[in-house]
Amino acid sequence: MGHQPSQHIIEYKTLGLVFIALLAMTGVTIAASTIDLGKLNVWVALLIASVKGSLVLLYFMHMKYESRVLWLSFLTTVFFLAIMISFTFWDIAFR
Amino acid sequence: MKASVDETGKKMGMWLFLYTEIILFGGLFVLYAVYFSRFTADFIQGGKQLSLFFGAFNTVILLLSSFTVAASITAVQKGQKKAAVMNLLVSILCGVVFLINKYVEWGEKIHHGIYPNSDTLTGMSSGQNIFFGLYYVITGLHGLHIIIGLILLLVALFAVSSGRVTASRFMLLENSGLYWHLVDLIWIFIFPLFYLVI
Repeated sequence: MGHQPSQHIIEYKTLGLVFIALLAMTGVTIAASTIDLGKLNVWVALLIASVKGSLVLLYFMHMKYESRVLWLSFLTTVFFLAIMISFTFWDIAFR
Repeated sequence: MKASVDETGKKMGMWLFLYTEIILFGGLFVLYAVYFSRFTADFIQGGKQLSLFFGAFNTVILLLSSFTVAASITAVQKGQKKAAVMNLLVSILCGVVFLINKYVEWGEKIHHGIYPNSDTLTGMSSGQNIFFGLYYVITGLHGLHIIIGLILLLVALFAVSSGRVTASRFMLLENSGLYWHLVDLIWIFIFPLFYLVI
C-alpha cells in the first residue's frame, strides 16, 4: 500500500470492452446528429461526449483505481471549469 | 536500501499539468459555446462544410490508439515486453495517420480558399468566419498536442524496448499514456462540436 499505488492491472478484456463501447457511442452520436432535435442536439452530443470521456478517464487513464487525492484534485479542476463556463454565460446573458 | 523513487509524486505532477491542459482547452470551448449561441445558423452552415468522414475516421483512429496505449501498460505490468512494444507501435502509427488526415483535410480547405484572413473567408458572414477561425485554432492546437504526444510515445517505446520501463517502474510509460489519453479526450469533444453541429 502506498509505495506502488498503480499496481492494479486492468485486463485486456476490460480495455477491449471499453474500446467497443467507445466505438458504439461514436456511432450513436453520429446517428443522433442526423435527427433534428432543435436545441437539444447540442446537449445530446455533449452528453454522449461526456460519457465517452468518462470511460476514457476511468479505465484508460486508470482513474477508477486512483487515490482519493487524485479524485479530489480532478473534481476541483472540473469545478473551476464549471465556474469559468457558467460565469461567462452569466455575463453574456445579462449584457 | 533501495534509492527512494516517488512514483506517486511523478503521477501527481503529470496530473497537475493535465489540469492546466483541461483549463486551456476548456477556455477555447467556452469561446466556441458563446459564439455558437450567437451565430447558431452560421455555425451549422460551417459544420456542414467539414468532412464527416474524416472527422469520424480520425475519432476511430484516436480511440484505437488510446486502447493500444492502455493495453501496452497492461502488457508491461504483466511482463509481456513484446506485446507492449507492438501496442505502442500501433498507437504511434495511428497518431501519424491522424496527422496525415488532418493535413489532407486542412489542405482541401485551404485549397478552397478557406483559411484565416483569406478573401473567401472574410467575404463570408462573420459567424462563419469565426467558426473557421475557431476550427483552425482548436484543431491546430490539438494537432500540436498530437505531435508532442507522439514524441512522448516514441520515448516510452524506446524505454520499454531497452528495458528501462519494467513491471515495477513504468511511470514514464504511464505518464506518456496519460498525456495521449487526454489528447484523445479533447478530440472526443472537438468531434461533435465541429463535425456534427446541426
